[in-house]
Amino acid sequence: MEFLNYLISGISLGSIYAIIALGYTMVYGIAKMLNFAHGDVIMVGSYVAFCAISYLHLPALVAIVLAMAVCTALGVIIEGLAYRPLRQAGSLAVLITAIGVSYFLQNAAQLIWGATPKNFTSVVGFKVPPLFGGALTVSGEAVVTIAACIVIMAVLTWFTGSTKMGKAMRACSEDKSAAQLMGINVNSTISMTFAIGSALAAVAGVLLCSFSPVLMPTTGSMPGIKAFTAAVFGGIGSIPGAFLGGILLGVIEALAKAYISTNLANSIVFAVLIVVLLVRPAGLMGKYVPEKV
Amino acid sequence: MKKFLAAALAGAMCLSLMAGCSNSSAPSNPSNPSNSSTPAASNPSAPAASAPSASGAAFKLGGIGPLTGGNAIYGNAVMNGAKIAVDEINALGGIQLEFNPQDDVSDAETSVNAYNNLKDWGMQALVGTVTTGPCIAVSAEVFNDRIFALTPSASSTDVISGKDNMFQVCFTDPNQGVGAADYISQNMAGSKVAIIYQNDSAYSQGIRDTFVAEAAAKGLEVVSETTFTEDTQTDFSVQVAAAQAAGADVIFLPIYYTPASVILTQAKAAGYEPTFFGVDGMDGILTVEGFDISLAEGVMLLTPFSADADDARTKNFVDTYAKLYNGETPNQFAADGYDAVYIIYEALQAANCTPDMSAQDICEALVAVMPTITVDGLTGAGMTWAATGEVSKAPMAVVIKDGVYVTP
Repeated sequence: MEFLNYLISGISLGSIYAIIALGYTMVYGIAKMLNFAHGDVIMVGSYVAFCAISYLHLPALVAIVLAMAVCTALGVIIEGLAYRPLRQAGSLAVLITAIGVSYFLQNAAQLIWGATPKNFTSVVGFKVPPLFGGALTVSGEAVVTIAACIVIMAVLTWFTGSTKMGKAMRACSEDKSAAQLMGINVNSTISMTFAIGSALAAVAGVLLCSFSPVLMPTTGSMPGIKAFTAAVFGGIGSIPGAFLGGILLGVIEALAKAYISTNLANSIVFAVLIVVLLVRPAGLMGKYVPEKV
Repeated sequence: MKKFLAAALAGAMCLSLMAGCSNSSAPSNPSNPSNSSTPAASNPSAPAASAPSASGAAFKLGGIGPLTGGNAIYGNAVMNGAKIAVDEINALGGIQLEFNPQDDVSDAETSVNAYNNLKDWGMQALVGTVTTGPCIAVSAEVFNDRIFALTPSASSTDVISGKDNMFQVCFTDPNQGVGAADYISQNMAGSKVAIIYQNDSAYSQGIRDTFVAEAAAKGLEVVSETTFTEDTQTDFSVQVAAAQAAGADVIFLPIYYTPASVILTQAKAAGYEPTFFGVDGMDGILTVEGFDISLAEGVMLLTPFSADADDARTKNFVDTYAKLYNGETPNQFAADGYDAVYIIYEALQAANCTPDMSAQDICEALVAVMPTITVDGLTGAGMTWAATGEVSKAPMAVVIKDGVYVTP
């Protein structure tokens, strides 16, 4: 029963990683860039939701929608201002810019909301009755997080597989110039990707802070790094890969903490990552594409 | 393209301007009026603190602590308390003090920089630093430079060991660990204890070590011990589940209040209700913005100061503090800061120091008198010091009821 408890907390943490990792992996798949500012978009989303709930006293659902709207706008603006001008530049320039945007967002948040941590009130109002006569307690947050992750995953799979925009995204991902020749607007497709990724970041931010209530300008950075690891673990660029990678990362972390050592949990997570990458360099579900020389 | 870039830059500029504006009017940071290095500008309601009538006739007192960042509640409380003491002392008309608080974000390197700034300013004695890690770094500097320093709240023995001119207002970590173990074994006999501590923090590790040793000596059963680090302080579900699985009915938290608030939230979500027992780092949890105080109901902590005490001096301090700082109730750190200034004041009087003496001369004089003076402060009556820098006063346990500290 303890094992189940640990497993559930691992899966719910992993679901948050998975939602964040989806943002990383979609942007990488389509724009071929690592958006290191993604973690900080999460933080902005959490702050927006916090303000909506604490200052404006809006209901939780409205707060989440508001956070998603703000983050979507933020994602599109970041892409338009910081990344689009560098579309033809080397990948290193884009990477450095992304790190710059990350610092910009952190410091802007510090200016606006101050550096003292705020306590985020959970948006999940219900409680799950204890199971097995009290031996197993599942928090409402865990249920909502896991459900949200599955829904998001299903919708994204449908979206990229069956809609026109989704097909355009896949086309851009395979070959940008060929897609352009076929009449696809590459720029707006990439903007759309950022919009979706950032909206997901807002959801992840609200879930993350419902689960772990301390909100400060650096709240997004560590989960961002973990989710990036999850994306690489599952195969960066692959949507089911990000989902699998996130869940596995969360479960390994929780079980390592529970049964091996709370000290070594992070080392174990990254050791597993190294082993996976040695065996499958493209990640668990990534396609290995040899580079043409 | 150029036009676009220009528009982007203009946009960024507007954004940063807006950010600047909203900062000054932000409602989110009322507890922090003291970010600037000049106390005169930062604290308009207390002009006497920083502008002694005759220039050159005042002792220059430096202060270092986290005024921003995750531990800002400690630093701001200390500096606010210290400013009240400086005002009171200056109003007495005898020795005059000039106080200059600096921010170190609770970071060792920043702290040493702040210390060097204060040295350039001509500091003659230091109230600081507030948190343990930076204090260990700065205490090495004050020892080399022979500047007298009194830390209000850095409780590790590493802060004072081997440094004759470094003194503490708060009790040391061993004191806290031993005090907590004694209290639990006496008042909650037979309870099973779980410990969650931060093993990359000297403060947390130090208290945990002495707690475990004392618990073993007192026959207290420690059933679960789990750790976290600076990087992993956002998720405690596994640590909490482990304590629950081990059947612990007391969770000892020798940690700061920020991770502690996460632990309280996650334990509640897991339907687990043990008694949480914190140390002085738990102080401040009630002032986190947005924190649901019902979560802290029944939390116990060791603190030398309780704002609901009914002696005239505490009442006066609590009233003044509330008047100057948006109606806030001072915590233990504010009282530590207040006491620190009074202790230096008493020591300066006892050693017959004058403001024209060099920092080094003042240091030698104060080091000589510290073991001989007795100070009645807010955080303890009859405080005395050993030559090693350690204060002698007893830790006191309080329990949180309806958002205030009550003596159990």
